[in-house]
Amino acid sequence: MISVESLTKQYGPFTAVDHVSFTAATGRVTGFLGPNGAGKSTTMRVMVGLTRPSSGRVTITGRDYRELLNPGLEVGVLLDASAQHAGRTGREILAIAAQTMGLPKSRVAETLARVGLTEDEASRRVRDYSLGMRQRLGIATALIGDPQVLILDEPANGLDPAGIRWMRDLLRGFADDGGTVLLSSHLLHEIEVIADDIVVIGQGRIVAQGSKSELLAAAGTLVRTSDVDTLARALHEAAVVTSPIDGGLRVDADPELVGETAHRAGVVLRELRAADGAGLEEMFLELTAETAREGAAA
Amino acid sequence: MTTTTLSPSTPVDTPARPARSVAPIPMTRLVGVELRKMFDTRAGFWMMASVGIVTVLATAAVILWAPDEAITQNTFSSAIGMPLSVVLPIIAILSVTGEYSQRTGLTTYTLVPWRGRVMTAKVIGTLLVGVAAMFLALAVGALGNVLGSAITGLDAVWDISLAQFGNIVLANTLGMLMGFMLGVLFRSSAGAVVGYFVYSLVLPIAFGTLAAFQSWFADLQPWVDVQFAITRLFDNTMTAEYWQQLGVTTLVWLWIPLALGLRAVLRAEVK
Repeated sequence: MISVESLTKQYGPFTAVDHVSFTAATGRVTGFLGPNGAGKSTTMRVMVGLTRPSSGRVTITGRDYRELLNPGLEVGVLLDASAQHAGRTGREILAIAAQTMGLPKSRVAETLARVGLTEDEASRRVRDYSLGMRQRLGIATALIGDPQVLILDEPANGLDPAGIRWMRDLLRGFADDGGTVLLSSHLLHEIEVIADDIVVIGQGRIVAQGSKSELLAAAGTLVRTSDVDTLARALHEAAVVTSPIDGGLRVDADPELVGETAHRAGVVLRELRAADGAGLEEMFLELTAETAREGAAA
Repeated sequence: MTTTTLSPSTPVDTPARPARSVAPIPMTRLVGVELRKMFDTRAGFWMMASVGIVTVLATAAVILWAPDEAITQNTFSSAIGMPLSVVLPIIAILSVTGEYSQRTGLTTYTLVPWRGRVMTAKVIGTLLVGVAAMFLALAVGALGNVLGSAITGLDAVWDISLAQFGNIVLANTLGMLMGFMLGVLFRSSAGAVVGYFVYSLVLPIAFGTLAAFQSWFADLQPWVDVQFAITRLFDNTMTAEYWQQLGVTTLVWLWIPLALGLRAVLRAEVK
């Protein structure tokens, strides 16, 4: 189990990760979803001790990463498949990892087979690898120590559809065996295919989390008004959960309750209707638009 | 921005796999891994091979071109020592900067999240290579001396004392630590290698020129110029004052920057 507790990372005045809390449960594949630059990679780097948090903490099976005696045997990590020495062969990279963890040499060939890299491919230098092959090699490095927890940053990046299916089956099997998987992606589709639970992050904050079925089926109400703040406050007082969308809110309640609340708060509505199950996608598109580099009106 | 969870995630009570007994990673293993990483790329392999090649070439050059009376062990050791003192620090530099320039540190520091231990393993690994290289140089030089004397028909001259060899080992060790220091300070192969050439070529010339034209600096140079102080280790005339000068210059040019560089390595974010 991975537990992130109120994690914050600031770079000068810029807050990359803002009080992020979530749990990746044992036996589940947790998808960490967010647009580029949302804080996914920073959060994952903090998890494995590469980056110091400004505040908050992360525990993996109840311990700080640096308290693990031989981390490779307990947590499999893939942060960037391209971060490998271009002049080493795939087999050599895996052999170094195995030697560091104190594993027998036979594990190298076994693990190469497990991720579908052939003998011939393993003898090539990494500079001649496609991104998909690098991802498989990176996953091999994560798996070779037979850990109970996997932390994978954008592992499906560069994989073809068959590769994504292979990864889904691999991670599914890993979780079914009692493992914990946290993987990130900036593509909703990838996460939908692979994950059981989803944590959505945008601009350093968690904007939604829950099981995939809950999030994808989330019904609720869509409401638009020119006075979003007042309505949001009124709904919060009524203990209703809301999330912002363009010019309005997505509310976890039926339209009647939202209408009544708006009436009491004296807020004029422009639109009030049942959300049609596309809550997550809409929210995610919204997030992506807000951080889009094209400078779209946010 | 109102950020609210749509619904809390429900923890699932799947039992974790039974915990295995995990033993800590011993330092010997880390040193083994670091040594392996120095040899296992084409560039690394040729870097290491160059130590042997340089040794043999320098020995051959002495036999071919040195005048008969100069065929002594000392000549061989200086001829081999000069190129070696250039190659060894670069080996030290690359053992550190490879983790950053090639970004392998992402894996190294996640498998071994205690960077101080990784650095210690690297220092031990580099120094082992350095000491091995110097014994190799001693052996090849001795062989060259025997061969050279046989060719000239004179008795072989063995004019290197144990103390002298010790000083040569110390000089090269300081050189390698210098490379290591530049590695941790720059954390980039290109930057550190350039820094190394400034250290070993540009600064000595600048100090030498200054000393030649400014008499006040000539007296000061031994206390300021670290290469000057280290080079004297190759002569067998180390006095107490020379040792003090070595201490002062290495403190400023080696030990303090090394401490700053190590501090940066321990703290810097790895990306």
